[in-house]
Amino acid sequence: MFRRIDGGDNGTAGALSFDGQAIPFRAGDTVAAALLAAGVADVRDNPVDGSRRAPYCMMGVCFECLVEIDGRQNQQACLVAAKPGMRIRRQAGARLLPEGAL
Amino acid sequence: MPPTSTHDLIVVGGGLIGSAIAWGASRAGADVILLDEGDVAFRAARGNFGLIWLQGKGVGKPPYMRWSLQAGHLWREFATLLVEETGIDIGWSQPGGLQFCFSEADIEKCRRIEAETRTDGGDIAITVMDRAGVEALVPAIGPEVIGGAYSTLDSHVSPLYLLRALQQGLQARGGHYWSAAPATAVRRDQGAFAVETPRGRVAGKRIVIAAGLGAAKLAPEVGLAMPVRPERGQIVVTERVKPFFPYVGSGVRQTVEGSFLIGSSHEEAGFSEATDVSTGAALCASAIRAFPQLAEVGVVRSWGSLRVMTPDGMPIYEESERCPGAYSATCHSGVTLCSAHALILGPALAAGTLPEAVSYFRSDRFDVQAH
Repeated sequence: MFRRIDGGDNGTAGALSFDGQAIPFRAGDTVAAALLAAGVADVRDNPVDGSRRAPYCMMGVCFECLVEIDGRQNQQACLVAAKPGMRIRRQAGARLLPEGAL
Repeated sequence: MPPTSTHDLIVVGGGLIGSAIAWGASRAGADVILLDEGDVAFRAARGNFGLIWLQGKGVGKPPYMRWSLQAGHLWREFATLLVEETGIDIGWSQPGGLQFCFSEADIEKCRRIEAETRTDGGDIAITVMDRAGVEALVPAIGPEVIGGAYSTLDSHVSPLYLLRALQQGLQARGGHYWSAAPATAVRRDQGAFAVETPRGRVAGKRIVIAAGLGAAKLAPEVGLAMPVRPERGQIVVTERVKPFFPYVGSGVRQTVEGSFLIGSSHEEAGFSEATDVSTGAALCASAIRAFPQLAEVGVVRSWGSLRVMTPDGMPIYEESERCPGAYSATCHSGVTLCSAHALILGPALAAGTLPEAVSYFRSDRFDVQAH
């Protein structure tokens, strides 16, 4: 769906995982950029109507890119730098308090 | 632009008060035009907390208590009518309101409010309870909560959808809505009223000034006194979390979507709608006392908005003696009183009267007595 502007591959800076799938990324990628570049079409389910949502504004405003990062829910994927070994999970609906109650 | 037709009623002010009156008058058969400055205006209608809070309202001021409770009891009918008519879900629900107590003094205050309300014949049941009582309703409360007061009459609504529904409902009934039309001048003209706006002149048999903070300057032009001043309130909004607080709190509520609204401050800040971190932090700290788990939750936005305050905090409704047919309507509880404005005040103004229930709220109560 998305291509890198320079047409290159997704790099070898490292890999994170999204619901168990390995996602390679380039140095400087945010989590959202890495997911989109790897062809992930949507990252969360809206808490109101359950519809599937994907990163949209890519600048921290729209809150469409919420994911769980290393056990912490409702994180804005477009504002977090990708790091090797990060465990990303789909944000299913609203955040649960206390965390880990799933 | 020459004046077109002469309307039955001109409503100056497209906030919650003006929009409720306009919709209500239109339902009563009047030809209404609603003049709205637009979103550039100071908009309590868009900045408020969305609470319909009756317990403790008007304690020690029986006419205000009665009018507020009448509005409270009308909300179900009002919300049903408005949603049926417009198809807009205004998000109204009535889970009942909880006032949290953190000290014996807080509990004593709730007991006093309950007793005074009963003495004054207030048509509302308030249950003062100990911690176990509160915990039975809301297991998630923090350890500092030692009791609370609960009333089934309290409810909440989305103020944004409420405003939109009223304005859309007005137009669906054939009423006129002008945006970007602040009243720049108001005068009586050969037995009718004329309002100048940037979009042209409007004429009407009757007029109601519901222009919020703008009313102070406008009202005297038709012989009315509306001495209102701004009082700022700041509100903090959190990220959405799975609902765990199914009631409304006096300073904290969870929307149906999952966001927590935390409010609100009372500040003298002139016409500034700015926010500051220390006020937001204080609001959050008190919400965290009730729900410690909120300390983990992220803030996504905050804003400041201006309440429209009269000298004694009660509404003003009055017909001008110098210009009969000109009325004032203002208060700082545009949400709570919205049902009464729509179903009682609007139809009354359409008929050229003021309801008996509001006869107390004349502006001459502010006049200094000369002995």
